[in-house]
Amino acid sequence: MTRRDCEVLVLGAGPAGIAAACCAGESGRQVILTDENPACGGQIWRAQRGAMHTRADVQHAADLWLTRLGRCGASVLSGATAFDADAALHFVRFETDRGVEEIHYSALILATGARERLLPFPGWTRSGVYAAGGLQALVKGGFRIDGQRILVAGTGPLLLAAAGMLGAHGGEVLMILEQAGWRSLTRFGLHLAGFPDKLLQAATLMVQAGVVPYRPGWWVCEAGGNGPLEWVAITDGKRTVRVDCDMLALGYGLVPNSELARLMGCRTTGSSAAPGAHFVDVDARQKTSLDGVFACGEITGIGGAELSLAEGSVAGYAACGHWHEVDRVAPLRNCLARQVHAMDSAFALRDELRAAVTPDTLVCRCEDVPAAELAGFGSWREAKLGSRCGMGPCQGRTCGPAVEFVWGWSAESVRPPITPVRLGSMSDQP
Amino acid sequence: MNKTVRIVLNGQEREVAAGSMLASALLTLGVRGFRRSVKGELRGPLCGMGVCQECRVTVDGRPHSKCCMIVCRDHMKVETE
Ligand SMILES: Cc1cc2nc3c(=O)[nH]c(=O)nc-3n(C[C@H](O)[C@H](O)[C@H](O)COP(=O)(O)OP(=O)(O)OC[C@H]3O[C@@H](n4cnc5c(N)ncnc54)[C@H](O)[C@@H]3O)c2cc1C
Ligand code: FES
Repeated sequence: MTRRDCEVLVLGAGPAGIAAACCAGESGRQVILTDENPACGGQIWRAQRGAMHTRADVQHAADLWLTRLGRCGASVLSGATAFDADAALHFVRFETDRGVEEIHYSALILATGARERLLPFPGWTRSGVYAAGGLQALVKGGFRIDGQRILVAGTGPLLLAAAGMLGAHGGEVLMILEQAGWRSLTRFGLHLAGFPDKLLQAATLMVQAGVVPYRPGWWVCEAGGNGPLEWVAITDGKRTVRVDCDMLALGYGLVPNSELARLMGCRTTGSSAAPGAHFVDVDARQKTSLDGVFACGEITGIGGAELSLAEGSVAGYAACGHWHEVDRVAPLRNCLARQVHAMDSAFALRDELRAAVTPDTLVCRCEDVPAAELAGFGSWREAKLGSRCGMGPCQGRTCGPAVEFVWGWSAESVRPPITPVRLGSMSDQP
Repeated sequence: MNKTVRIVLNGQEREVAAGSMLASALLTLGVRGFRRSVKGELRGPLCGMGVCQECRVTVDGRPHSKCCMIVCRDHMKVETE
Protein backbone atom coordinates (compact mmCIF):
# COMPACT_ATOMS: atom_id res chain seq x y z
CA MET A 1 0.00 0.00 0.00
CA THR A 2 1.19 3.50 -0.80
CA ARG A 3 0.37 6.57 1.26
CA ARG A 4 -0.13 10.14 0.08
CA ASP A 5 -1.12 13.39 1.76
CA CYS A 6 -3.09 16.36 0.49
CA GLU A 7 -4.94 19.40 1.78
CA VAL A 8 -8.22 18.82 -0.03
CA LEU A 9 -9.31 15.36 -1.22
CA VAL A 10 -12.27 15.29 -3.62
CA LEU A 11 -14.10 12.02 -4.19
CA GLY A 12 -15.95 11.69 -7.48
CA ALA A 13 -15.09 13.55 -10.70
CA GLY A 14 -18.59 14.39 -11.93
CA PRO A 15 -19.73 18.02 -12.28
CA ALA A 16 -19.88 18.49 -8.48
CA GLY A 17 -16.40 17.09 -7.80
CA ILE A 18 -14.84 18.91 -10.77
CA ALA A 19 -16.27 22.27 -9.65
CA ALA A 20 -15.11 21.62 -6.07
CA ALA A 21 -11.59 20.69 -7.21
CA CYS A 22 -11.38 23.80 -9.45
CA CYS A 23 -12.45 26.19 -6.68
CA ALA A 24 -10.16 24.60 -4.08
CA GLY A 25 -7.24 24.39 -6.53
CA GLU A 26 -7.64 28.03 -7.63
CA SER A 27 -7.62 28.98 -3.94
CA GLY A 28 -4.06 27.67 -3.81
CA ARG A 29 -4.75 24.43 -2.00
CA GLN A 30 -3.05 21.17 -2.85
CA VAL A 31 -5.93 19.10 -4.23
CA ILE A 32 -6.35 15.46 -5.30
CA LEU A 33 -9.46 14.61 -7.34
CA THR A 34 -10.25 10.89 -7.56
CA ASP A 35 -12.72 8.75 -9.51
CA GLU A 36 -13.38 5.09 -10.17
CA ASN A 37 -13.82 5.74 -13.88
CA PRO A 38 -10.87 5.81 -16.30
CA ALA A 39 -11.68 9.48 -17.11
CA CYS A 40 -13.22 12.56 -15.47
CA GLY A 41 -16.76 13.74 -16.23
CA GLY A 42 -19.18 11.75 -14.09
CA GLN A 43 -22.46 10.50 -15.49
CA ILE A 44 -23.22 13.40 -17.77
CA TRP A 45 -19.81 14.33 -19.18
CA ARG A 46 -18.60 10.74 -19.39
CA ALA A 47 -15.91 10.61 -22.07
CA GLN A 48 -17.34 9.94 -25.49
CA ARG A 49 -15.53 6.89 -26.77
CA GLY A 50 -16.04 6.03 -30.39
CA ALA A 51 -19.54 7.53 -30.19
CA MET A 52 -20.73 10.10 -32.65
CA HIS A 53 -22.85 12.90 -31.23
CA THR A 54 -22.73 14.90 -28.08
CA ARG A 55 -25.12 17.79 -27.75
CA ALA A 56 -23.19 20.94 -28.42
CA ASP A 57 -24.25 22.71 -25.22
CA VAL A 58 -23.28 19.74 -23.05
CA GLN A 59 -19.93 19.43 -24.81
CA HIS A 60 -19.35 23.14 -24.36
CA ALA A 61 -19.96 23.04 -20.59
CA ALA A 62 -17.79 19.95 -20.27
CA ASP A 63 -14.94 21.56 -22.25
CA LEU A 64 -15.06 24.73 -20.15
CA TRP A 65 -14.90 22.88 -16.85
CA LEU A 66 -12.34 20.28 -17.93
CA THR A 67 -10.08 23.07 -19.21
CA ARG A 68 -10.49 24.93 -15.93
CA LEU A 69 -9.69 21.69 -14.08
CA GLY A 70 -6.53 21.24 -16.13
CA ARG A 71 -5.34 24.72 -15.11
CA CYS A 72 -6.30 24.77 -11.43
CA GLY A 73 -3.37 22.70 -10.24
CA ALA A 74 -5.39 19.78 -8.86
CA SER A 75 -3.92 16.34 -9.48
CA VAL A 76 -6.30 13.74 -10.85
CA LEU A 77 -6.28 10.09 -9.82
CA SER A 78 -8.52 8.08 -12.17
CA GLY A 79 -9.38 4.40 -11.97
CA ALA A 80 -9.31 4.55 -8.16
CA THR A 81 -12.25 3.05 -6.28
CA ALA A 82 -12.77 4.30 -2.71
CA PHE A 83 -13.64 1.28 -0.57
CA ASP A 84 -12.87 2.30 3.01
CA ALA A 85 -12.42 5.50 5.02
CA ASP A 86 -11.83 6.72 8.54
CA ALA A 87 -13.15 10.15 9.54
CA ALA A 88 -11.19 10.22 12.83
CA LEU A 89 -7.85 9.44 11.16
CA HIS A 90 -8.65 11.53 8.05
CA PHE A 91 -7.97 9.02 5.31
CA VAL A 92 -9.71 7.26 2.43
CA ARG A 93 -8.48 4.00 0.93
CA PHE A 94 -8.63 3.33 -2.78
CA GLU A 95 -8.11 0.25 -4.87
CA THR A 96 -6.21 0.95 -8.09
CA ASP A 97 -4.46 -1.14 -10.75
CA ARG A 98 -1.24 -0.61 -8.84
CA GLY A 99 -2.62 -1.77 -5.50
CA VAL A 100 -4.09 0.06 -2.53
CA GLU A 101 -3.54 3.81 -2.02
CA GLU A 102 -4.30 5.51 1.27
CA ILE A 103 -4.82 9.25 0.92
CA HIS A 104 -4.72 11.45 4.01
CA TYR A 105 -6.51 14.81 3.89
CA SER A 106 -7.15 17.98 5.88
CA ALA A 107 -10.53 18.51 4.23
CA LEU A 108 -12.62 15.96 2.34
CA ILE A 109 -15.28 16.70 -0.28
CA LEU A 110 -17.67 13.86 -1.10
CA ALA A 111 -19.16 14.08 -4.60
CA THR A 112 -19.96 10.45 -5.41
CA GLY A 113 -23.18 11.19 -7.30
CA ALA A 114 -26.12 8.87 -7.83
CA ARG A 115 -27.14 5.64 -9.54
CA GLU A 116 -30.45 4.60 -11.06
CA ARG A 117 -33.24 2.99 -9.10
CA LEU A 118 -34.55 -0.17 -10.78
CA LEU A 119 -37.68 -2.10 -9.81
CA PRO A 120 -38.13 -5.83 -10.37
CA PHE A 121 -40.76 -7.52 -12.54
CA PRO A 122 -40.79 -10.86 -14.38
CA GLY A 123 -37.97 -11.00 -16.92
CA TRP A 124 -36.06 -7.89 -15.80
CA THR A 125 -32.87 -9.96 -15.49
CA ARG A 126 -32.87 -10.82 -19.21
CA SER A 127 -29.95 -9.66 -21.25
CA GLY A 128 -31.21 -6.70 -23.32
CA VAL A 129 -32.83 -5.00 -20.32
CA TYR A 130 -30.71 -2.00 -19.33
CA ALA A 131 -30.84 0.87 -16.90
CA ALA A 132 -31.71 3.88 -19.09
CA GLY A 133 -28.66 5.92 -18.07
CA GLY A 134 -26.67 2.68 -18.17
CA LEU A 135 -27.54 2.18 -21.82
CA GLN A 136 -26.56 5.81 -22.44
CA ALA A 137 -23.23 5.16 -20.74
CA LEU A 138 -22.66 2.02 -22.84
CA VAL A 139 -23.46 3.96 -26.02
CA LYS A 140 -21.05 6.73 -24.98
CA GLY A 141 -18.54 3.92 -24.46
CA GLY A 142 -18.90 2.88 -28.10
CA PHE A 143 -21.91 0.49 -28.20
CA ARG A 144 -23.44 0.87 -31.70
CA ILE A 145 -27.24 0.76 -31.51
CA ASP A 146 -28.16 1.72 -35.08
CA GLY A 147 -31.62 0.45 -35.95
CA GLN A 148 -32.24 -1.23 -32.59
CA ARG A 149 -35.86 -0.98 -31.41
CA ILE A 150 -35.77 0.52 -27.91
CA LEU A 151 -38.54 0.98 -25.39
CA VAL A 152 -37.80 3.56 -22.67
CA ALA A 153 -39.77 3.20 -19.43
CA GLY A 154 -39.80 4.31 -15.80
CA THR A 155 -40.22 7.78 -14.39
CA GLY A 156 -38.81 11.30 -14.34
CA PRO A 157 -37.22 13.75 -16.77
CA LEU A 158 -34.13 11.61 -17.33
CA LEU A 159 -36.22 9.24 -19.46
CA LEU A 160 -36.57 12.07 -21.97
CA ALA A 161 -32.86 12.81 -21.88
CA ALA A 162 -32.12 9.11 -22.44
CA ALA A 163 -34.62 8.78 -25.29
CA GLY A 164 -33.23 11.88 -27.01
CA MET A 165 -29.68 10.61 -26.73
CA LEU A 166 -30.47 7.07 -27.88
CA GLY A 167 -32.42 8.43 -30.85
CA ALA A 168 -29.53 10.71 -31.81
CA HIS A 169 -27.24 7.65 -31.89
CA GLY A 170 -29.38 5.78 -34.37
CA GLY A 171 -31.61 3.83 -32.01
CA GLU A 172 -35.30 3.54 -32.95
CA VAL A 173 -37.08 4.72 -29.80
CA LEU A 174 -40.53 3.10 -29.98
CA MET A 175 -42.13 4.92 -27.05
CA ILE A 176 -41.49 6.45 -23.65
CA LEU A 177 -43.59 5.09 -20.78
CA GLU A 178 -43.89 7.42 -17.75
CA GLN A 179 -45.44 5.66 -14.77
CA ALA A 180 -46.77 8.95 -13.34
CA GLY A 181 -50.18 9.81 -14.77
CA TRP A 182 -51.01 13.01 -16.70
CA ARG A 183 -52.94 14.23 -13.69
CA SER A 184 -49.95 13.90 -11.42
CA LEU A 185 -47.73 15.65 -13.97
CA THR A 186 -50.08 18.56 -14.62
CA ARG A 187 -51.20 18.99 -11.00
CA PHE A 188 -47.70 20.17 -10.24
CA GLY A 189 -47.76 22.56 -13.15
CA LEU A 190 -45.42 20.40 -15.15
CA HIS A 191 -45.73 20.52 -18.85
CA LEU A 192 -43.13 18.85 -20.97
CA ALA A 193 -41.84 22.20 -22.17
CA GLY A 194 -41.38 23.31 -18.57
CA PHE A 195 -38.63 20.90 -17.56
CA PRO A 196 -35.75 22.99 -16.29
CA ASP A 197 -32.83 21.39 -18.03
CA LYS A 198 -31.76 22.51 -21.48
CA LEU A 199 -30.68 18.99 -22.12
CA LEU A 200 -34.22 17.77 -22.25
CA GLN A 201 -35.21 20.11 -25.01
CA ALA A 202 -34.29 17.80 -27.88
CA ALA A 203 -36.30 14.94 -26.48
CA THR A 204 -39.15 17.26 -25.56
CA LEU A 205 -39.31 18.52 -29.12
CA MET A 206 -39.27 14.97 -30.40
CA VAL A 207 -42.21 14.13 -28.16
CA GLN A 208 -44.11 17.29 -29.04
CA ALA A 209 -43.57 16.69 -32.73
CA GLY A 210 -45.10 13.24 -32.27
CA VAL A 211 -41.98 11.43 -33.42
CA VAL A 212 -41.94 9.36 -30.23
CA PRO A 213 -45.12 8.60 -28.28
CA TYR A 214 -44.91 9.75 -24.62
CA ARG A 215 -47.31 7.76 -22.48
CA PRO A 216 -47.92 8.92 -18.91
CA GLY A 217 -49.71 6.36 -16.74
CA TRP A 218 -48.10 3.33 -18.41
CA TRP A 219 -45.44 0.97 -17.11
CA VAL A 220 -43.72 -2.33 -17.97
CA CYS A 221 -45.00 -5.50 -16.27
CA GLU A 222 -43.02 -8.24 -18.05
CA ALA A 223 -39.96 -8.70 -20.26
CA GLY A 224 -39.99 -11.84 -22.37
CA GLY A 225 -38.00 -13.74 -24.95
CA ASN A 226 -36.27 -16.97 -25.67
CA GLY A 227 -33.08 -16.06 -23.79
CA PRO A 228 -32.31 -12.41 -24.53
CA LEU A 229 -35.14 -9.85 -24.63
CA GLU A 230 -37.63 -10.10 -27.53
CA TRP A 231 -40.76 -8.38 -26.22
CA VAL A 232 -42.17 -6.48 -23.26
CA ALA A 233 -45.68 -6.38 -21.82
CA ILE A 234 -46.85 -2.88 -20.91
CA THR A 235 -49.93 -1.86 -18.93
CA ASP A 236 -51.91 1.14 -17.70
CA GLY A 237 -53.57 -0.98 -15.02
CA LYS A 238 -56.57 -1.75 -17.24
CA ARG A 239 -55.12 -3.03 -20.50
CA THR A 240 -51.95 -5.02 -21.10
CA VAL A 241 -50.28 -4.86 -24.51
CA ARG A 242 -47.27 -6.72 -25.91
CA VAL A 243 -44.60 -4.76 -27.79
CA ASP A 244 -41.72 -6.39 -29.73
CA CYS A 245 -38.37 -4.72 -29.13
CA ASP A 246 -34.62 -5.34 -28.93
CA MET A 247 -33.84 -3.29 -25.85
CA LEU A 248 -35.61 -2.01 -22.78
CA ALA A 249 -34.17 1.07 -21.05
CA LEU A 250 -35.50 1.45 -17.51
CA GLY A 251 -35.14 4.07 -14.82
CA TYR A 252 -37.22 4.81 -11.74
CA GLY A 253 -35.33 7.85 -10.53
CA LEU A 254 -31.94 8.14 -8.89
CA VAL A 255 -30.51 6.93 -5.58
CA PRO A 256 -27.47 8.67 -4.04
CA ASN A 257 -24.16 6.78 -3.76
CA SER A 258 -23.84 7.71 -0.10
CA GLU A 259 -22.34 4.44 1.21
CA LEU A 260 -18.90 5.92 1.91
CA ALA A 261 -20.46 8.96 3.63
CA ARG A 262 -22.56 6.65 5.79
CA LEU A 263 -19.57 4.45 6.57
CA MET A 264 -17.72 7.55 7.82
CA GLY A 265 -20.67 8.52 9.98
CA CYS A 266 -22.14 11.48 8.06
CA ARG A 267 -25.76 12.06 9.00
CA THR A 268 -28.21 11.20 6.20
CA THR A 269 -31.94 11.61 5.63
CA GLY A 270 -34.29 9.25 3.85
CA SER A 271 -37.60 10.06 2.21
CA SER A 272 -40.66 7.90 1.65
CA ALA A 273 -40.99 9.50 -1.80
CA ALA A 274 -37.51 8.20 -2.69
CA PRO A 275 -37.23 4.60 -1.48
CA GLY A 276 -33.67 3.46 -0.82
CA ALA A 277 -32.25 6.99 -0.93
CA HIS A 278 -30.07 8.17 1.97
CA PHE A 279 -29.21 11.78 1.15
CA VAL A 280 -26.22 13.27 2.96
CA ASP A 281 -27.27 16.18 5.23
CA VAL A 282 -25.38 19.43 4.57
CA ASP A 283 -25.60 23.01 5.87
CA ALA A 284 -25.58 26.20 3.78
CA ARG A 285 -21.82 25.76 3.29
CA GLN A 286 -22.20 22.16 2.09
CA LYS A 287 -20.62 20.91 5.33
CA THR A 288 -21.80 17.50 6.57
CA SER A 289 -22.38 16.57 10.20
CA LEU A 290 -18.63 15.74 10.42
CA ASP A 291 -15.99 18.45 10.82
CA GLY A 292 -13.82 18.90 7.75
CA VAL A 293 -16.11 16.75 5.58
CA PHE A 294 -18.18 18.44 2.85
CA ALA A 295 -20.65 16.97 0.37
CA CYS A 296 -22.06 18.26 -2.92
CA GLY A 297 -23.93 17.12 -5.99
CA GLU A 298 -26.44 14.33 -6.18
CA ILE A 299 -25.44 12.56 -2.96
CA THR A 300 -27.14 15.49 -1.19
CA GLY A 301 -30.30 15.53 -3.37
CA ILE A 302 -31.22 14.88 -6.98
CA GLY A 303 -31.06 18.12 -8.91
CA GLY A 304 -29.24 17.88 -12.24
CA ALA A 305 -25.80 18.87 -13.41
CA GLU A 306 -26.14 22.66 -13.04
CA LEU A 307 -27.09 22.37 -9.38
CA SER A 308 -24.23 19.90 -8.84
CA LEU A 309 -21.79 22.45 -10.29
CA ALA A 310 -23.13 25.23 -8.07
CA GLU A 311 -22.97 23.05 -4.96
CA GLY A 312 -19.48 21.88 -5.89
CA SER A 313 -18.29 25.50 -6.16
CA VAL A 314 -19.67 26.30 -2.70
CA ALA A 315 -18.07 23.14 -1.24
CA GLY A 316 -14.70 23.86 -2.88
CA TYR A 317 -14.47 27.37 -1.43
CA ALA A 318 -15.93 26.33 1.92
CA ALA A 319 -13.32 23.57 2.30
CA CYS A 320 -10.67 26.33 2.04
CA GLY A 321 -12.50 28.68 4.39
CA HIS A 322 -12.97 31.30 1.64
CA TRP A 323 -16.24 32.70 2.89
CA HIS A 324 -16.33 35.70 0.54
CA GLU A 325 -16.27 33.35 -2.42
CA VAL A 326 -18.85 31.10 -0.76
CA ASP A 327 -21.19 34.09 -0.41
CA ARG A 328 -20.60 34.96 -4.06
CA VAL A 329 -21.55 31.53 -5.46
CA ALA A 330 -24.24 30.48 -2.96
CA PRO A 331 -27.15 32.53 -4.42
CA LEU A 332 -27.00 30.64 -7.74
CA ARG A 333 -27.13 27.34 -5.87
CA ASN A 334 -30.11 28.50 -3.80
CA CYS A 335 -32.01 29.61 -6.88
CA LEU A 336 -31.40 26.36 -8.80
CA ALA A 337 -32.30 24.26 -5.75
CA ARG A 338 -35.72 25.93 -5.46
CA GLN A 339 -36.54 25.27 -9.12
CA VAL A 340 -35.49 21.66 -9.02
CA HIS A 341 -37.19 20.54 -5.85
CA ALA A 342 -40.50 22.01 -6.95
CA MET A 343 -40.95 19.02 -9.27
CA ASP A 344 -39.92 16.15 -6.96
CA SER A 345 -43.38 14.98 -5.98
CA ALA A 346 -44.73 14.82 -9.54
CA PHE A 347 -42.87 11.56 -10.10
CA ALA A 348 -43.85 9.64 -6.94
CA LEU A 349 -43.88 5.89 -7.62
CA ARG A 350 -47.36 4.41 -8.01
CA ASP A 351 -48.45 1.52 -5.77
CA GLU A 352 -49.28 -0.76 -8.71
CA LEU A 353 -45.56 -1.11 -9.47
CA ARG A 354 -45.34 -3.36 -6.40
CA ALA A 355 -47.95 -5.67 -7.89
CA ALA A 356 -45.68 -6.31 -10.88
CA VAL A 357 -43.46 -8.40 -8.56
CA THR A 358 -44.73 -12.01 -8.86
CA PRO A 359 -43.53 -14.77 -6.47
CA ASP A 360 -41.07 -16.06 -9.12
CA THR A 361 -39.62 -12.63 -9.90
CA LEU A 362 -35.92 -12.52 -9.04
CA VAL A 363 -35.31 -9.65 -6.64
CA CYS A 364 -31.59 -10.08 -5.95
CA ARG A 365 -29.72 -10.51 -9.22
CA CYS A 366 -26.42 -11.45 -7.57
CA GLU A 367 -27.79 -14.37 -5.54
CA ASP A 368 -30.89 -15.10 -7.71
CA VAL A 369 -33.35 -14.75 -4.82
CA PRO A 370 -37.01 -14.77 -5.93
CA ALA A 371 -39.68 -12.67 -4.19
CA ALA A 372 -41.31 -15.81 -2.73
CA GLU A 373 -38.22 -16.44 -0.60
CA LEU A 374 -38.57 -13.03 1.07
CA ALA A 375 -42.05 -13.81 2.40
CA GLY A 376 -42.21 -14.10 6.17
CA PHE A 377 -39.19 -11.94 7.03
CA GLY A 378 -39.67 -8.77 9.06
CA SER A 379 -36.61 -6.71 8.18
CA TRP A 380 -33.85 -6.29 5.60
CA ARG A 381 -31.40 -7.85 8.06
CA GLU A 382 -33.54 -10.94 8.63
CA ALA A 383 -34.17 -11.29 4.90
CA LYS A 384 -30.46 -10.99 4.13
CA LEU A 385 -29.41 -13.64 6.61
CA GLY A 386 -32.31 -15.95 5.76
CA SER A 387 -32.32 -15.70 1.96
CA ARG A 388 -28.93 -14.13 0.98
CA CYS A 389 -30.85 -11.30 -0.74
CA GLY A 390 -28.43 -8.36 -1.01
CA MET A 391 -25.43 -10.47 0.08
CA GLY A 392 -23.81 -10.76 -3.36
CA PRO A 393 -21.06 -8.62 -4.90
CA CYS A 394 -23.24 -5.54 -5.58
CA GLN A 395 -23.96 -5.52 -1.83
CA GLY A 396 -27.61 -4.67 -2.30
CA ARG A 397 -26.95 -1.55 -4.41
CA THR A 398 -29.43 -2.78 -7.03
CA CYS A 399 -32.01 -4.71 -4.97
CA GLY A 400 -31.85 -2.51 -1.84
CA PRO A 401 -33.96 0.39 -3.14
CA ALA A 402 -36.38 -2.10 -4.74
CA VAL A 403 -36.76 -4.04 -1.49
CA GLU A 404 -37.38 -0.79 0.38
CA PHE A 405 -40.08 0.18 -2.11
CA VAL A 406 -41.82 -3.21 -2.25
CA TRP A 407 -41.40 -4.49 1.34
CA GLY A 408 -40.68 -1.25 3.19
CA TRP A 409 -37.41 -2.46 4.75
CA SER A 410 -34.63 0.08 4.76
CA ALA A 411 -30.98 -0.84 4.44
CA GLU A 412 -28.87 -1.45 7.49
CA SER A 413 -25.59 0.22 8.36
CA VAL A 414 -22.68 0.11 5.91
CA ARG A 415 -19.51 -1.90 6.52
CA PRO A 416 -16.16 -1.84 4.75
CA PRO A 417 -15.23 -2.62 2.07
CA ILE A 418 -18.15 -0.72 0.51
CA THR A 419 -17.46 -2.42 -2.82
CA PRO A 420 -15.79 -5.78 -3.57
CA VAL A 421 -12.00 -5.54 -3.55
CA ARG A 422 -9.38 -8.05 -4.55
CA LEU A 423 -8.15 -10.45 -1.94
CA GLY A 424 -5.56 -8.78 0.23
CA SER A 425 -6.64 -5.16 -0.29
CA MET A 426 -8.41 -5.09 3.08
CA SER A 427 -5.47 -6.42 5.06
CA ASP A 428 -2.83 -4.45 3.16
CA GLN A 429 -1.17 -2.09 5.70
CA PRO A 430 0.96 0.98 4.95
CA MET B 1 -10.93 8.47 -35.85
CA ASN B 2 -11.64 4.96 -37.13
CA LYS B 3 -8.69 3.27 -35.44
CA THR B 4 -9.20 -0.22 -34.16
CA VAL B 5 -7.48 -2.53 -31.71
CA ARG B 6 -7.52 -6.33 -31.62
CA ILE B 7 -8.77 -8.21 -28.62
CA VAL B 8 -8.87 -11.99 -28.18
CA LEU B 9 -12.44 -12.95 -27.34
CA ASN B 10 -12.83 -16.55 -26.19
CA GLY B 11 -9.76 -17.50 -28.20
CA GLN B 12 -10.72 -15.64 -31.39
CA GLU B 13 -9.15 -12.41 -32.57
CA ARG B 14 -11.72 -9.62 -33.01
CA GLU B 15 -11.40 -6.00 -34.08
CA VAL B 16 -12.97 -3.34 -31.90
CA ALA B 17 -12.96 0.47 -31.93
CA ALA B 18 -9.87 1.89 -30.28
CA GLY B 19 -10.69 3.64 -27.03
CA SER B 20 -14.07 1.98 -26.61
CA MET B 21 -15.13 0.48 -23.29
CA LEU B 22 -14.93 -3.31 -23.20
CA ALA B 23 -18.62 -3.83 -22.32
CA SER B 24 -19.64 -1.56 -25.21
CA ALA B 25 -17.28 -3.31 -27.64
CA LEU B 26 -18.58 -6.77 -26.68
CA LEU B 27 -22.20 -5.63 -27.11
CA THR B 28 -21.35 -4.19 -30.54
CA LEU B 29 -19.83 -7.58 -31.46
CA GLY B 30 -23.20 -9.14 -30.59
CA VAL B 31 -22.24 -10.75 -27.27
CA ARG B 32 -25.35 -10.98 -25.07
CA GLY B 33 -24.24 -13.50 -22.41
CA PHE B 34 -21.44 -12.02 -20.33
CA ARG B 35 -21.70 -14.09 -17.16
CA ARG B 36 -23.84 -16.91 -15.84
CA SER B 37 -25.86 -16.21 -12.69
CA VAL B 38 -25.81 -18.57 -9.68
CA LYS B 39 -28.88 -20.35 -11.04
CA GLY B 40 -27.52 -20.48 -14.59
CA GLU B 41 -29.19 -17.51 -16.35
CA LEU B 42 -27.11 -15.65 -18.93
CA ARG B 43 -26.66 -12.03 -17.94
CA GLY B 44 -25.27 -8.89 -19.52
CA PRO B 45 -24.54 -5.26 -18.61
CA LEU B 46 -27.28 -3.39 -16.78
CA CYS B 47 -26.05 -0.21 -15.06
CA GLY B 48 -23.09 0.64 -17.33
CA MET B 49 -21.45 2.40 -14.38
CA GLY B 50 -19.76 -0.19 -12.18
CA VAL B 51 -22.56 -0.75 -9.68
CA CYS B 52 -24.59 -3.85 -10.62
CA GLN B 53 -21.77 -6.37 -11.26
CA GLU B 54 -23.74 -8.01 -14.11
CA CYS B 55 -21.06 -7.36 -16.75
CA ARG B 56 -18.29 -9.37 -15.09
CA VAL B 57 -15.97 -11.33 -17.42
CA THR B 58 -12.42 -12.63 -17.26
CA VAL B 59 -9.88 -10.09 -18.56
CA ASP B 60 -6.24 -11.15 -19.01
CA GLY B 61 -6.78 -14.01 -16.60
CA ARG B 62 -8.41 -11.86 -13.94
CA PRO B 63 -11.92 -13.21 -13.22
CA HIS B 64 -14.90 -11.04 -12.16
CA SER B 65 -13.66 -7.93 -13.97
CA LYS B 66 -16.36 -5.30 -14.49
CA CYS B 67 -15.92 -4.70 -18.21
CA CYS B 68 -18.05 -1.53 -18.23
CA MET B 69 -15.16 0.17 -16.42
CA ILE B 70 -12.32 -1.12 -18.64
CA VAL B 71 -11.01 0.49 -21.83
CA CYS B 72 -10.16 -1.97 -24.65
CA ARG B 73 -6.42 -2.50 -25.16
CA ASP B 74 -4.59 -4.23 -27.97
CA HIS B 75 -4.14 -8.01 -27.32
CA MET B 76 -6.48 -7.94 -24.31
CA LYS B 77 -7.67 -11.51 -23.62
CA VAL B 78 -11.34 -11.71 -22.73
CA GLU B 79 -13.40 -14.73 -21.71
CA THR B 80 -17.19 -14.59 -21.44
CA GLU B 81 -19.74 -17.30 -20.69
C1 LIG C 1 -26.83 6.77 -15.13
C2 LIG C 1 -27.11 8.24 -15.17
C3 LIG C 1 -27.34 8.88 -16.39
C4 LIG C 1 -27.61 10.24 -16.45
N1 LIG C 1 -27.85 10.84 -17.66
C5 LIG C 1 -28.13 12.17 -17.71
C6 LIG C 1 -28.39 12.83 -18.95
O1 LIG C 1 -28.38 12.23 -20.01
N2 LIG C 1 -28.68 14.16 -18.92
C7 LIG C 1 -28.72 14.86 -17.75
O2 LIG C 1 -29.01 16.06 -17.76
N3 LIG C 1 -28.45 14.27 -16.59
C8 LIG C 1 -28.17 12.95 -16.54
N4 LIG C 1 -27.95 12.34 -15.33
C9 LIG C 1 -27.96 13.17 -14.14
C10 LIG C 1 -26.57 13.78 -14.06
O3 LIG C 1 -25.66 12.72 -14.05
C11 LIG C 1 -26.37 14.49 -12.84
O4 LIG C 1 -27.24 15.59 -12.82
C12 LIG C 1 -24.94 14.98 -12.65
O5 LIG C 1 -24.01 14.25 -13.40
C13 LIG C 1 -24.63 14.86 -11.21
O6 LIG C 1 -23.30 15.23 -10.97
P1 LIG C 1 -22.53 14.71 -9.70
O7 LIG C 1 -21.19 15.31 -9.81
O8 LIG C 1 -23.33 14.98 -8.48
O9 LIG C 1 -22.46 13.13 -9.81
P2 LIG C 1 -21.95 12.13 -10.95
O10 LIG C 1 -21.90 12.76 -12.27
O11 LIG C 1 -22.74 10.90 -10.76
O12 LIG C 1 -20.42 11.83 -10.51
C14 LIG C 1 -20.09 11.05 -9.42
C15 LIG C 1 -18.75 10.38 -9.68
O13 LIG C 1 -18.33 9.72 -8.49
C16 LIG C 1 -17.68 8.53 -8.81
N5 LIG C 1 -17.75 7.61 -7.69
C17 LIG C 1 -18.85 7.16 -7.04
N6 LIG C 1 -18.52 6.32 -6.05
C18 LIG C 1 -17.17 6.20 -6.07
C19 LIG C 1 -16.23 5.47 -5.29
N7 LIG C 1 -16.60 4.69 -4.27
N8 LIG C 1 -14.92 5.59 -5.61
C20 LIG C 1 -14.51 6.40 -6.62
N9 LIG C 1 -15.36 7.12 -7.38
C21 LIG C 1 -16.67 7.02 -7.12
C22 LIG C 1 -18.44 8.02 -10.02
O14 LIG C 1 -17.61 7.17 -10.80
C23 LIG C 1 -18.81 9.30 -10.76
O15 LIG C 1 -17.91 9.61 -11.78
C24 LIG C 1 -27.67 10.97 -15.25
C25 LIG C 1 -27.45 10.33 -14.02
C26 LIG C 1 -27.17 8.98 -13.96
C27 LIG C 1 -26.95 8.32 -12.62
S1 FES D 1 -22.84 -2.99 -16.17
FE1 FES D 1 -23.20 -2.78 -14.04
S2 FES D 1 -21.22 -3.11 -13.25
FE2 FES D 1 -20.85 -3.13 -15.37
